[in-house]
Amino acid sequence: MGAHQPQRLDVGGAIDRSRAVELVVDGETFTGCAGDTVASALVANGRLRVGDSIYRRRPRGILSAGVEEPNAFALVNGEHNESMVPLTSLELVPGLDLTLLDGIGVLDQKVDPAEYDKMHVHADVAIVGAGPAGLAAAREAAATGARVVLFEQDFRLGGSLLADPASLVEGVPSELWVERVRGELEAAPEVTILTRTTAFGSYDNNYLIALEKRTEHLHGTARDGVSRQRLWHVTARQVVLATGAFERPIVFADNDVPGVMLASAVAAYIGRYAAVPGRRAVVFTTNDSGYATAHALLRSGAEVHVVDAREAGPSARVGTAAADAGLRISTGSAVVGIDGAQAVEAAWVAPIDDEGALAGPAERVACDVVAVSGGWSPNVSLHSQRQGALHWDDALAGFVPTVPVRNQHLAGAVLGTYWTEGCLTEGRAAGLAAAAASGFAAEQSGRTSGSEVDTVAEERVARAGTTRQLWVVEGRDGGYTTHFVDPQRDNTAADVLRATGAGMRSVEHVKRYTSISTGVDQGKIGAVNTIGLLTRVLSGEDTRAIPPGQPGQDGTGSRAASELSGIPAAPPSKPTPGAIGNTTFRAPFTPVAFAALAGRSRGELFDVARTTSIHPWHVAHEALFEDVGQWKRPWYYPRAGEDMDAAVARECRAAREGVAFMDATTLGKIEIRGADAGEFLNRIYTNAFKKLGVGKARYGVMCKPDGMVFDDGVVLRLEEHRYFATTTTGGAARVLEWLEEWSQTEWPELDVVCTSVTEQWATIAVVGPRSRDVIARMAPGLDVSKEGFGFMEFRETVLASGIEARICRITFSGELAFEINVPTWYGLKVWEDVAEAGADFDITPYGTETMHVLRAEKAYPIVGQDTDGTVTPQDLGMDWIVSKTKDFIGNRSYSRSSHQGPGRKQLVSVLPVDRSLRLPEGAQLVERVALGDYTGEGLPERPIPMLGHVTSSYHSQALGRSFGLALVKDGRDRIGQTLIASFLGRFAEVEVADAVLYDKEGTRRDD
Amino acid sequence: MLIIDCPHCGPRPETEFGYGGQAHVAYPEDPHALTDEQWAQYLFYRDNPKGDYAERWVHSAGCRKWFNAIRDTRTYEIARVYAAGEPRPDLSKGA
Amino acid sequence: MTDSTLTIEAPEGAAGSAGGAGGTNASASGADVGRAAVLAHRRSPAQDLADEMTQGSGQAVWLRELPFLTQVTLRAQPDGPSSEALAGALGVGLPTRVGEVAGAIDGIGVAVLWLSPDEFLAVAPDEAQTGVSPEAWAGRLSTAVGAGPGQVVDVSANRTTLELSGPRARSVLEKSCEIDLHPRAFPVGTAVVTLLESTGVIVWRTGEETWRVMPRASFTTHVVRWLLDGMREYC
Repeated sequence: MGAHQPQRLDVGGAIDRSRAVELVVDGETFTGCAGDTVASALVANGRLRVGDSIYRRRPRGILSAGVEEPNAFALVNGEHNESMVPLTSLELVPGLDLTLLDGIGVLDQKVDPAEYDKMHVHADVAIVGAGPAGLAAAREAAATGARVVLFEQDFRLGGSLLADPASLVEGVPSELWVERVRGELEAAPEVTILTRTTAFGSYDNNYLIALEKRTEHLHGTARDGVSRQRLWHVTARQVVLATGAFERPIVFADNDVPGVMLASAVAAYIGRYAAVPGRRAVVFTTNDSGYATAHALLRSGAEVHVVDAREAGPSARVGTAAADAGLRISTGSAVVGIDGAQAVEAAWVAPIDDEGALAGPAERVACDVVAVSGGWSPNVSLHSQRQGALHWDDALAGFVPTVPVRNQHLAGAVLGTYWTEGCLTEGRAAGLAAAAASGFAAEQSGRTSGSEVDTVAEERVARAGTTRQLWVVEGRDGGYTTHFVDPQRDNTAADVLRATGAGMRSVEHVKRYTSISTGVDQGKIGAVNTIGLLTRVLSGEDTRAIPPGQPGQDGTGSRAASELSGIPAAPPSKPTPGAIGNTTFRAPFTPVAFAALAGRSRGELFDVARTTSIHPWHVAHEALFEDVGQWKRPWYYPRAGEDMDAAVARECRAAREGVAFMDATTLGKIEIRGADAGEFLNRIYTNAFKKLGVGKARYGVMCKPDGMVFDDGVVLRLEEHRYFATTTTGGAARVLEWLEEWSQTEWPELDVVCTSVTEQWATIAVVGPRSRDVIARMAPGLDVSKEGFGFMEFRETVLASGIEARICRITFSGELAFEINVPTWYGLKVWEDVAEAGADFDITPYGTETMHVLRAEKAYPIVGQDTDGTVTPQDLGMDWIVSKTKDFIGNRSYSRSSHQGPGRKQLVSVLPVDRSLRLPEGAQLVERVALGDYTGEGLPERPIPMLGHVTSSYHSQALGRSFGLALVKDGRDRIGQTLIASFLGRFAEVEVADAVLYDKEGTRRDD
Repeated sequence: MLIIDCPHCGPRPETEFGYGGQAHVAYPEDPHALTDEQWAQYLFYRDNPKGDYAERWVHSAGCRKWFNAIRDTRTYEIARVYAAGEPRPDLSKGA
Repeated sequence: MTDSTLTIEAPEGAAGSAGGAGGTNASASGADVGRAAVLAHRRSPAQDLADEMTQGSGQAVWLRELPFLTQVTLRAQPDGPSSEALAGALGVGLPTRVGEVAGAIDGIGVAVLWLSPDEFLAVAPDEAQTGVSPEAWAGRLSTAVGAGPGQVVDVSANRTTLELSGPRARSVLEKSCEIDLHPRAFPVGTAVVTLLESTGVIVWRTGEETWRVMPRASFTTHVVRWLLDGMREYC
């Protein structure tokens, strides 16, 4: 067993004494065993004390043995430090180096080098929890041949059985039974067992999300590429929730001193880990379950004094065994105080009355551990995340599910079934029912029947025994400032009283006022005790003021229950927790790292990067790239020593004076065919396409019904019934969806179909006065003369390379320009050919920045940059594109009053008086007079009316000055006016000018 | 996340679908015959019921077909999917 | 080439009418370039990634590109005249339901994939193997439809085809595909349009352990790298 572990028993437990594992905590080395958690190793070393509390710096100890732990957190030091890891669910593996935390974590600022991934699977039956109920369910479901996924957050199967390995299940020791079931499940081909996996979220349609910890227990032996954690997305036809229950602490004075522990945790440390938290124990319980802990302590050799809050003491069954064991029991009593600060030295035990008030003198009982049980709360998180109904069961003293969610099943302690046989029966029935509901009938296993399940339900209360709802125990000094309700948040009963004193009634308000349940454990420890406390301090009148709708609140879950039984729910005479309800249960059930949610979408794979077939050339020619949607587009191609301005100026000059070329592949492209294709396009675009000649092209704008510009592009008529439309780069998908929407839902009678061919075609724009020469070389068989190939026409041709191409004469720069379209897989070859054919003319590649300068000089708008969903074609100065003779989507809106008269924002250009000043896009435009004496310092006295804003802004190589496009209220009437551009705390004068600044007559495109 | 039963492709994750708002809002026969107010009603006003809602979806990342669904806005449960153009089914009359 | 329907006619060189040069003065010149020389100019979307794919493959799962498959989108109402005409021209009836592949379900030969009730993808081998250009094939199918409703579009360059094989191929796909790929739900010969993570693809199971993933051309680099990343733990 390695180094001496003073509190380790010599026998028993599910640990491997032959495999010692060392552990460093705050620099001190401890030795535990394989099979330990860090918490159990510390317990075995006699160490209960962990970090201090978050605000009050009170010494704290290990409270629990599971995911509900509110005190014992560590920073796990490593390549990337992980913070706020509960020691109670941290598996002991070699090499752990921990720093205990004082209730708050520290986020490591380094990049986490670990990998995370996701897996999507479908199941017939998904089972959450591998305690006796979950295992029984899995075994039955698996036997039907159904696809089963079993989730267990622990690194071992068994759940509650682990705390008592010697107990008998189906006639064999539970440890052996679990191994047998595991063997059966592993042999079934369609069963997936996921240990170390927490199902933390439950969503509509039985969609579960779970986090699997895959590599830490392998301590460095995992193969490359195996993710540290995996997010499982499981879609299940049927779900079985066998999620168990949480034990509640009791709210009494100094109940946070190290050594005060949950009774079930004490039993688990002894039974599962053979680690004894104390040698002299007080077991303080409100119910029968504390007696199991008392017996476990006795068996470990500890002295035990049971303090039972119930006047009548334990139920007969439990009481007999207690008497046989010679347990000392104080009934009708409570622990009313603790001696000791760093560790429990003694408990003060006193008789209490019905209200939990002291009813006699307190006795000092020396001890080193106080095991507490305030009753049990079914773990209903996943059930309630799906809006599953809950109700307060006053006999079981817990919120229990009323009915399962559709296509879900519940089994075991989550229902308040707190004995193993009952769990097994319910588990079997749930597993069979779930399999049957997903289409897998069982061969009769003989292990279950429906009536047995009913019997279990009837026996629940009797088997659980009476639980005294002791929500708070009066202290000896009358105060409540050390009665911890939520130890993690350092919230006490006094804080709850402060909240109700301030008028809080709803549990949601109390939660926010106090911060109870907002810590890592999310209310697993403190939520129900808070609700119980509220029943003590609120009157029936108070609770009637609470708005309905909380999980488990009377009138929600319990109404559903009474509807089922046909008995109307009686109004409570005094408030029960059901009058208050729970706060909302939300995912994640336990914390999940953002890195796990991100999965593999990090770094290079963070998002899709779409590239054209010509991309390798752009890279080879050292283009800088701009993200346009998901596309990587060349931004500009700097030559040695050039900055962006110099490169763009050179590229612009080439396009305006010589020849330049651009990869325009990213434009959306749609083929449209049908006898009614022309009619369809007439309705979609503001201008007409029905009479467009075959072989001709036309620019078009499409609008939404509200008349606002939605997208634009060029449409080619390929054949009588066949068109080819281009869209903006970013609009490709939504335009196709738009066309489908109208053809499918409004005009199904039209014969028209649309197919995306965006990726079929590479598109190369060849631009500038010398572009005709380049095209002539590229396509020797093509008449490229002004007369032979008119503006807005296209030709199908075969290039000199033998590659078939479609060449259009269209322009997005105002210059003479052509676009060559070839199937994508020829794109690079044709681009290289263009470069070669244009070499004599110093052909220059250009990117999106130059494209923007060229188009803005011509006031060609970019949809989504110069428009924002409130801009009509008329606002853009494009009345000419709005047909007066046919109807189309958006047309009706132009006669709305809001589109008539003055006040609309119109596209104009703005010329900064400082010719070198490039305005930031988004700069606000105001009238000089509106500024008054406001200088830009602080806030103006009154709001300054905004006339518009700058939508595009560049330096024009052709004009030798900066310029912008802007949407300005009544902009066209303001041409010639000087306005003030306001940006970044500065003001600058700008002159409003006509939108088109270059080649207004449009002569250059026909050069 | 919802799992939506596309009438053509069967159950698929919500991420494959686009949402189209309220169903059965027909494009007016003759928009020019409407008053500004009536046209504005068509453009901007939609129901927002608590309970069953007939709405449009499109299986964008699948068959690209538009269809209608009746979804309970309280529970997100989709009771029925049906083809675009079909009248709204009466849920009381079984599947 | 085993399927008779692709021995449609003698190779036609650079002609064709539906997908590419259907218009005014196609093949007026330049046709003196041999077809093989033209085909040599093609670059497939994953061509530059061939080495990465080889290096990233292993015993349990391997990835390669099947470049230049001929692909034609067909639009036809089921049971309509165009459906019948297309079936005749293809030699294969159009599939009728989601997931169905008509013809060569293993992808060897001519297969027709169901994309939607009135949209199908006809897939045939590379022109370099068949001697039939995509344009020519599309032209022939287009001729079959004639003036009827529907559509025939050459989309051969629109998507490429990646082949993921091996005992862990399904696991690699399950890291990214939300749909059910279990053999009970997705038997050999099933093909669907769906998402791989956030990228639209066609997933086609051509064999017990062989899957085709067909992304659009511009997404190919991302999809290849994404799949290779998911393969690492098995290689």
